[in-house]
Amino acid sequence: MSDVTTFDLAEQSVRELNQHLHDVEGGSFRVTNPRGAHAVAAGIDADVAVEIDGSVGYYCAGMHQRGTVRIDGNASTGLAENMMSGTVRITGSATMSAGATGHGGLLVVEGNAGARCGISMKGIDIVVGGDVGHMSAFMAQAGTLVVLGDAADDLGDSIYEAEIYVRGSVASLGTDCVEKPVEAEHLAVLTDLLERSGLDADPADFRRYGSARELYNFHVDDIDAELADGGPDEVDAELADGGPDENGAA
Amino acid sequence: MSDQWHLRESYTYDRNVIAEIQRAANTGIYRIRGWGAKRELPTLDDLVVLGASMSRYPLEGYREACGTDVVIGEGRAAKPVRLDIPVTIAGMSFGSLSAQAKEALGRGANAMGTSTTTGDGGMTPEERGHSKTLVYQYLPSRYGMNPDDLRKADAIEVVVGQGAKPGGGGMLLGQKINERVAQMRTLPEGIDQRSACRHPDWTGPDDLEIKITELREITDWQVPIYVKVGAARPYYDTALSVKAGADAVVVDGMQGGTAATQDVFIEHVGIPTIAAIPEATRALRELGVHRGEVKLIAAGGMRSGADVAKAMALGADAVSIGTAALIAIGDNDPRHDEEYRALGSAAGAWDDFQAGNDPAGITTQRPELASRLDPEIAGRRLANYLQVLTLEAQTIARACGKSHLHNLEPEDLAALTVPAAAMAKVPLAGTDWVPGREHLA
Ligand SMILES: Cc1cc2nc3c(=O)[nH]c(=O)nc-3n(C[C@H](O)[C@H](O)[C@H](O)COP(=O)(O)O)c2cc1C
Repeated sequence: MSDVTTFDLAEQSVRELNQHLHDVEGGSFRVTNPRGAHAVAAGIDADVAVEIDGSVGYYCAGMHQRGTVRIDGNASTGLAENMMSGTVRITGSATMSAGATGHGGLLVVEGNAGARCGISMKGIDIVVGGDVGHMSAFMAQAGTLVVLGDAADDLGDSIYEAEIYVRGSVASLGTDCVEKPVEAEHLAVLTDLLERSGLDADPADFRRYGSARELYNFHVDDIDAELADGGPDEVDAELADGGPDENGAA
Repeated sequence: MSDQWHLRESYTYDRNVIAEIQRAANTGIYRIRGWGAKRELPTLDDLVVLGASMSRYPLEGYREACGTDVVIGEGRAAKPVRLDIPVTIAGMSFGSLSAQAKEALGRGANAMGTSTTTGDGGMTPEERGHSKTLVYQYLPSRYGMNPDDLRKADAIEVVVGQGAKPGGGGMLLGQKINERVAQMRTLPEGIDQRSACRHPDWTGPDDLEIKITELREITDWQVPIYVKVGAARPYYDTALSVKAGADAVVVDGMQGGTAATQDVFIEHVGIPTIAAIPEATRALRELGVHRGEVKLIAAGGMRSGADVAKAMALGADAVSIGTAALIAIGDNDPRHDEEYRALGSAAGAWDDFQAGNDPAGITTQRPELASRLDPEIAGRRLANYLQVLTLEAQTIARACGKSHLHNLEPEDLAALTVPAAAMAKVPLAGTDWVPGREHLA
């Protein structure tokens, strides 16, 4: 254990910890007494291994790149928000917006995740051992959210191309989110993610949810064009194709 | 004479109203457009400047120094933003604007020693390359948001709202989502993209304070952090931004431009810039940070050096321009009148920034249109325009006897209308009457 550097947040500041993590190329670190501090290990961009003994506040491992962060405890809002790559794992639970807007990497929440888990996710993979709160994967754009437990209301509201797998119950699906068939390719994705997360579940037990793609474009009527039918009013229809009277939403 | 009565148009249902009802009935969708509010609103034109006379000394118009610089983030950020002129280029996304337009904005701003700002869609390498001082917007959508670009920024602007649509998110319609734009935003090509209007991982000022700390931690406390709000409740929003730890508050009035927003939003939500600046200033004063630790950047309908001077007299430390910068680089140029007319509009009226078919090559992603804009020439035009704004503002400041633009103060102003007097909290011209003064602290 001699090659592990310890930061005791009862003695040292989060600023000192983060600056050190930003300055190094690699190494192993242990953080003790986090006592709910915010932005612990935020902005890492190195092949480091960080273990945090205890619970953290907001934005732990925010914007994380490369390296691994492991939290033995619970986390408050925005765990691994906008994560880019690497791995973040928490043994306990995370409150609101875990993995929000994440672009890549793997976030594993062994306990439960609160509301808006994976909100606006953009390529991150999130595996939650327990349940997720309401509005999870809201406006989720890309990546995969796997939930071993249940999902609360409005799952996947306004979802784009992200994929959701839930083993338990779904209280309700949000606008434009629908259940989709699980094919072989999806089972492969699930198998891989479950394996990497180290959480034990049978891929065959999951149901898959994603976008109905009904909200992708505005629905624009054009009665005048229909009536014109090649007549002189056709101009209106032409304008409707990006013209100023139209809102360009054809 | 009876013919005349048959031609009488209604004030309530004027031609624009009739046309809009007809358009709505035809399409079943609200009108989406660019530009800002088009209806008549109280503006800074409703104020006049009280030049020096017997009781005050003017400065020589051409010779005596009249400072224009502004520093943002001193004290907290290791590298404060230092601007030579108090006119910045507002956030406008790559996506809403062509790469050429973004380059032109960068070139013009560099030439005059001021900053440009990214927008809803992330930072492009070209944009970073062409802007000496670049402010990186942190928006609810977080499109293209990444820590590498965050660390490349000279300042970070947390966008809570925009004057054209306080309470609304961004919008970019399908015809502007080409492959590159789609990729930057992680979205399918061709969709009518509606950005989030709420930040995904914080709600309220207490959270924002922690969010700002996180951003400072990630960037090692190097750069200033701004908070941008659409003008709705500027007194409270400014106070809360200060509490959250902002180095600058950007207050964008309802005239503020947009790339694409519902017309009903543009015309009816928010308060005018003239009403917003004094309220933001009041908050800063009460907190003891005005003209000090926290800077105020005012935006929304800034067109001339007179606007700059008046905004600063009302308490702003700098202003930000969007629409005027686009006009300077070639938007609504009479040269394109025929083409605007072919699109059913005209030079001087064209506002279809959302449509992607901009004849001037500015608000488009179509290569054949975008290539019409020569970034070098357009950049020079912007630099010239910024130069004029600065010279004009200095002219006014010198006339008031001020050796720096930030020495302008409300006492240098009078109002031409009662509403303007009440909103700007300066006396109606020729009187000492400030409507509502008795309610002010
Ligand atoms: C084409 C265009 C695109 C814009 N994009 C953004 C944006 O991405 N983010 C933002 O905060 N504001 C955006 N705005 C608003 C400007 O930042 C600024 O608030 C506004 O233009 C100021 O008002 P003015 O146009 O009257 O100068 C945009 C405005 C225009 C005209």
